Amino acid sequence: MQYDTIIIGAGLSGLAAGIRLAYYDQKVCLLERHTTIGGLNSFYRLRHRNYDVGLHAVTNYAEKGDRSKPLNKLLRQLRLSWDDFALCPQIESSVVFPDCTLRMTNDFELLRSQVSESFPDQADGFNRLVQSIDEFNPFAETEGYLSAREHVRKYLTDPLLENMLFCPILFYSSATPNDLDLRQFVIIFRSILQEGFSRPQEGIRRILRVLVKKFRGEGGELKLRTGVKRILEKNGAACGVELDNGEILEGKRVLSSAGLIETQRMCEEPFVEEKAATGDISFVESISSLDCAPADLGHHGTVVFFSNQTDFRYERPNTPVDLRSGIICSPNNYQFDEPLEENKINITALADHEYWLNIGDEDIYQQAKQEYSQAIIENAINIVPDFRDHIIDQDVFTPRTIKKFTGHLNGAVYGSPTKQLSGTTPLDNLFLCGTDQGFLGIIGAMLSGISMANAHCLK
Amino acid sequence: MNEEQIRLVILDILDKIAPDEDLTDLDDSQPFRDQMELDSMDFLDIVMELRKRYRVQIPEEDYQNLVTMDSTVTYLLPLLKDVESPA
Repeated sequence: MQYDTIIIGAGLSGLAAGIRLAYYDQKVCLLERHTTIGGLNSFYRLRHRNYDVGLHAVTNYAEKGDRSKPLNKLLRQLRLSWDDFALCPQIESSVVFPDCTLRMTNDFELLRSQVSESFPDQADGFNRLVQSIDEFNPFAETEGYLSAREHVRKYLTDPLLENMLFCPILFYSSATPNDLDLRQFVIIFRSILQEGFSRPQEGIRRILRVLVKKFRGEGGELKLRTGVKRILEKNGAACGVELDNGEILEGKRVLSSAGLIETQRMCEEPFVEEKAATGDISFVESISSLDCAPADLGHHGTVVFFSNQTDFRYERPNTPVDLRSGIICSPNNYQFDEPLEENKINITALADHEYWLNIGDEDIYQQAKQEYSQAIIENAINIVPDFRDHIIDQDVFTPRTIKKFTGHLNGAVYGSPTKQLSGTTPLDNLFLCGTDQGFLGIIGAMLSGISMANAHCLK
Repeated sequence: MNEEQIRLVILDILDKIAPDEDLTDLDDSQPFRDQMELDSMDFLDIVMELRKRYRVQIPEEDYQNLVTMDSTVTYLLPLLKDVESPA
């Protein structure tokens, strides 16, 4: 038996691609090495509590019926209705730097007015920057790297404002240190600053459940605990996969969401230089379960991006965890109809993957997790109310956790610094989707799966 | 299918792809894209829905025939004349 398309990885991009292909009557097999779906945006249960990994916020919020918005295009392509994801908008987020805070909601005008209040001499430049972003087409086929920093500096002269704008954008998307490609900057500027955040009441489980149900309903086949050992080739073209257990699956084409280098390692011949193309940016996240809602302690912020210094550094730190900056996210702080049953505060900080991946001893690893989790929390309570007396349970994930469950080398959540926007590889009939194709975030991942399925697997 | 039946099929597909659009005043001689918001992903779906429903393969070089309702019906008529109408 031969599949039309074999998809590697049942994360958001693989599931979205699978739905498209199965809907159009392809015989599709979706392979996932882990015991559950989700990839970089997954979930688990620990000591009777539900945890989400990856999801802080769904970006690209759009109201029902606003057809031109990416969220609604995506839903249309997947033949889903707006209500399926049950998205509730955020309350309010902020970027907090020394002596300056910018607040933002899903109404971009708030951020605009915040900028003109805090940076009156930059207001005109900011408006022109926004106009340049509105007019920019990030999907035009242009070659080469364009520095987002250079573009922004044409309009803004205050480095504090520049860093405050780059802080959330880098934190939520960038595989490259301190700067990113202008096209990606534009996409993320729109998706988090202009369109904004939302979340389903049930978190990522809701979105994944909707996707997997749709995929199966269209006749797609999902195999969990099924890793791919190698991609089979014949005359320079992919023709199937060999599974970890030695079984062979034949396919007319293979669509891999495993990552660029991770996919290359399944092929006979490498197609890029490995070291330069392996991602470096990873995180440690400390998740605290509380005995009361964060709002009861006076914390109403949905996502708080902070930096303790004006010169915000987004890079692999020299220390196990970078305590100079971070993200504080409270899944309770969305406009839900009913309060969530569990109360949580997640704090994320940049981490040195080499430190975390090289700890051999399990006891030392566990001890390091606790130690750095405490340090991350102590750092965050300079920004949010002290919640330490209300912690009833805690979990921590590190680059090692990310690597173990997603297969991403170095635990690099945003993948390779080299994105393959076309999704093609030197091997015919082998295509990439997901993180290393170039669209990031929850909505981006699904759009990546859809657009690569459309471009390479349907025509 | 005759021309009118094909027209109804196309309307049904457009309604599926763009459920919020009001198609009652669609001008058959004018491009779809001037009258409703259709991007390239939506456009591909017209082609794909026809393939899914009636097994008609439309090569990429023929996409230009699918610009208006009139041109679409004219193009599809020989391909669908022996197909039973769904209605």
